Amino acid sequence: MTLELAVACALFAGVIAYAVLGGADFGSGFWDLTAGGTRRGAPLRTLIDSSIGPVWEANHVWLVYILVTWWTGFPESFAAAMTTLFVPLVLALLGIVLRGASFAFRKYAETLGQARLFGAVFATSSVLAPFFLGTVAGAIASGRVPAAGHGDPWGSWINPTSLLTGAIAVGTCAFVSGTFLTHDAARAGKSELAARLRARTLVVGVVVGAAVFVALAPIDHDAPTLAAGLTGRALPLVAASALGGAATLVLLARRRFGPARGTAVLAVAAVVAGWGLGQYPWLLVDEVTVAEAAGARATLQGLLVAVGIAAVVVGPALAYLFYLTQSEQWNERDQGKAEHAAGELTGS
Amino acid sequence: MSPADLATQLSDVATSTLASAEPAGLLPARQQMALSLGWHIILACFGVAFPAIIFVMHLRGIRRDDPVALGLAKRWAKVSAVLFAIGVVSGTVLSFEMGLLWPGLMGTFGDVLGLPFAFEGLAFFLEAIFLGIYLYGWGRMPPKVHLFMVAPMAVTGVIGTYCVLAVNAWMNNPTGFNVVDGEVVDIRPWAVLFNEHTALQFAHMWVAAYMVVGFSIAGVYAVGMLRGRRDRHHRLGFTVPFVFATVAALAQPFVGHVLGDGLDERQPAKLAAFELAETTDDGASPLRIGGVLIDGEVKGALEIPYLGSLISMGSLSEPVPGLDRIRDEDEPPVNLTHWAFQTMIGIGLLLMLGVVMYWFFRWRRTDLLRNRWFLRFAAVCGPLAVVALQAGWIATEVGRQPWIVYGVMRTTEAAGEHSAGLWWILGASTVVYGTMTVGAIVVLRSMARRWREGETDLPSPYGPDRLANL
Ligand code: HDD
Ligand code: HEM
Ligand code: HEM
Repeated sequence: MTLELAVACALFAGVIAYAVLGGADFGSGFWDLTAGGTRRGAPLRTLIDSSIGPVWEANHVWLVYILVTWWTGFPESFAAAMTTLFVPLVLALLGIVLRGASFAFRKYAETLGQARLFGAVFATSSVLAPFFLGTVAGAIASGRVPAAGHGDPWGSWINPTSLLTGAIAVGTCAFVSGTFLTHDAARAGKSELAARLRARTLVVGVVVGAAVFVALAPIDHDAPTLAAGLTGRALPLVAASALGGAATLVLLARRRFGPARGTAVLAVAAVVAGWGLGQYPWLLVDEVTVAEAAGARATLQGLLVAVGIAAVVVGPALAYLFYLTQSEQWNERDQGKAEHAAGELTGS
Repeated sequence: MSPADLATQLSDVATSTLASAEPAGLLPARQQMALSLGWHIILACFGVAFPAIIFVMHLRGIRRDDPVALGLAKRWAKVSAVLFAIGVVSGTVLSFEMGLLWPGLMGTFGDVLGLPFAFEGLAFFLEAIFLGIYLYGWGRMPPKVHLFMVAPMAVTGVIGTYCVLAVNAWMNNPTGFNVVDGEVVDIRPWAVLFNEHTALQFAHMWVAAYMVVGFSIAGVYAVGMLRGRRDRHHRLGFTVPFVFATVAALAQPFVGHVLGDGLDERQPAKLAAFELAETTDDGASPLRIGGVLIDGEVKGALEIPYLGSLISMGSLSEPVPGLDRIRDEDEPPVNLTHWAFQTMIGIGLLLMLGVVMYWFFRWRRTDLLRNRWFLRFAAVCGPLAVVALQAGWIATEVGRQPWIVYGVMRTTEAAGEHSAGLWWILGASTVVYGTMTVGAIVVLRSMARRWREGETDLPSPYGPDRLANL
């Protein structure tokens, strides 16, 4: 493997992690938005608070990792994408900012009115951000980012591939998140909530699956290079993704929520990896290859050192966080018991 | 003095001196960068310094079995949850803006300056992970283990600050590459990460963060005492952060002085602007306090003979090299740089005197916390430190102009081909940042009020406990 390919793989690993983990956090915004009125939606919103609260900031750092690795490893292509896709990037950024801030504000809001306002902002922006990030991916994958930058500011992301990718991004986020939340609700012993989430996640899953299938035709026409890759080299990954999605639906239907999370992650990770493999060797499709885009060798080596250290240092810490959020200790079935334990342990 | 106000001032200076060569999108891009950096840096300070202060309070609570200390640590953790969240999103804005606003810089030098950012990202990961564990770990983990979950954040704060400052130090003092026929070659990214100027800039910024946070938190309790709340909770809440602020405030003028050492060789134009040196004096330069440069003449400055040369050059005879030795097109906006620099130093000295006074009186067994004037002063120390912080950055950044990479790339070359349409984005950003500021203030104040009323857990309004009472 060449040096620049190794860095590109590290970069893409970040994209996959962000799509799965960050996607699940964004997806909770969809469920928040559709949870219903204050009283009816309260259990679900409370569940979302406790599910994504401890992890969203860590999951968010994947985005920072992607940006930094991109501009350091492939600086000119980064500048090209930034100048061309200014509009959707600014809109995605707006969504990211509003989502994070209003999520934190809502948690400590005093009145119901404030909580409603922050909640509405949180939920809406959580849906918008993945949409615009999806259009960015679509623009790159359909060859609309010229190597020299300053491409069409509107047409680059308002086109069939971009819009479909954006919509699919929103859908997959909701699907993964729904699977996770269903499991969390069931584990917390909230069977009514789990039942409601299960039914809705099944609907979302079927709709998203169908949408992906329907989208193939326009993408084939609009983004031939990508389509050729997806149906060629990347076909096994695309098939794995389809299987993962179908398996998730079956598992959800049979109330096997734990394993359903695994297959849902597989479905998303495989399709994103498929996109990467499908457009290889291009970094900006039809414009710049990974090899051409690479920055200085010494820097690429340095980046790999940083990635290696991250794997050793950040990996275990991240695993510990996820372990804790899934542990018995952190998931008392009875809320009152948790509060009681809190008093005991801290002596307050 | 908000960054936005300063930016407006800046725009007058900038348009008058550089108008001819500037693309329409440069000025809004600069203001945008100043707004978002100026906002982020305040919250970043909390990310850097707050964890260590919480750690000490929490440790005290556990060690001495002190419920007041434990209660404070618990509240501060909740406050930091809000501040960190908006700190994180504002930092993300910056990483987008590096590319959106300065494609010329990132396209050309992305692989030169990128490595520090990669290590910074590593620090952010750890910070966010341990933040999640610490905040949600209250009552869910054995207390001793839980306490040590906040400690890594104090360490990642050091790494993160060092790395960002490495980039800024490199922009001021570029190394680690060569330019041959207009091409950037021979790139040595590790030389950028460990460039010699970073250590000092880092030290200065890190200490500044402890000043900002220590004084701000202590100030909150000073206000409480002014309003007659004089329990142990308030005294402890004041004292612990104030001790951090004290150490930082005593160190800062020395660190700052050493940081400025050698500026006459690194960036003579910046030094001339700091010192308001229009011409190179014959013999020792005076220290010029205040004053403005109008049409090439210094007006209204208070001059103290010899002191300028003594401080800047470490000599009683060598003059400060003046702007007469700098080509016109390489001069920064002088007045803004000068005033920003002196504001920072004035505040730094004032705060140092303030803490010396407090501990002196305490040593003489006089408790200044009973003195309303001292409490008023303590209440404004936090905002003053923030002003000093912003002023320091303005001095550094504006003083570097017209270069984005000193001596190598002009800011005009770094900007994108944006049109004046960028002003709309700036307007929208101002609204978003303004709203976020208001939101944070509303939420934090309401948290404080509920705590005073005796609530401890602050359940969410749609949580099971609260909804039942609707
Ligand atoms: C609480 C904040 C604070 C305080 C009280 C001070 N500073 Fe400062 N100063 C900063 C916060 C800051 C800063 C914002 O952190 C800067 C901007 C860039 C940097 O590394 O630090 C800075 C830059 C900066 C520079 C510019 C370095 C360069 O551009 O190469 C000098 C020479 C000083 N400082 C010197 C001082 C002195 C002599 C001070 C005290 C009397 C002082 N500072 C107090
Ligand atoms: C390490 C951190 C920093 C980096 C890498 C950085 C980088 C930049 C860049 C790229 C620009 C635009 C180009 C230019 O005008 O030179 C800029 C301008 C500016 N920055 Fe910084 N900056 C940093 C820290 C800060 C902070 C914390 C502040 C806080 C107040 C600040 C204040 C400003 C201001 C006021 C400008 C506008 C200067 C002008 O109009 O030319 N900077 N900085
Ligand atoms: C150009 C300059 C800068 C860029 C591009 C930048 C970028 C970022 C990003 C992307 C984040 C969010 C990380 C996350 O998702 O957790 C962040 C947060 C943070 N930044 Fe900055 N930053 C800059 C300047 C600074 C400076 C000058 C400091 C140092 C004092 C600093 C210290 C921090 C800290 C401590 C955090 C963690 C936030 C918190 O927990 O409150 N940053 N920054």
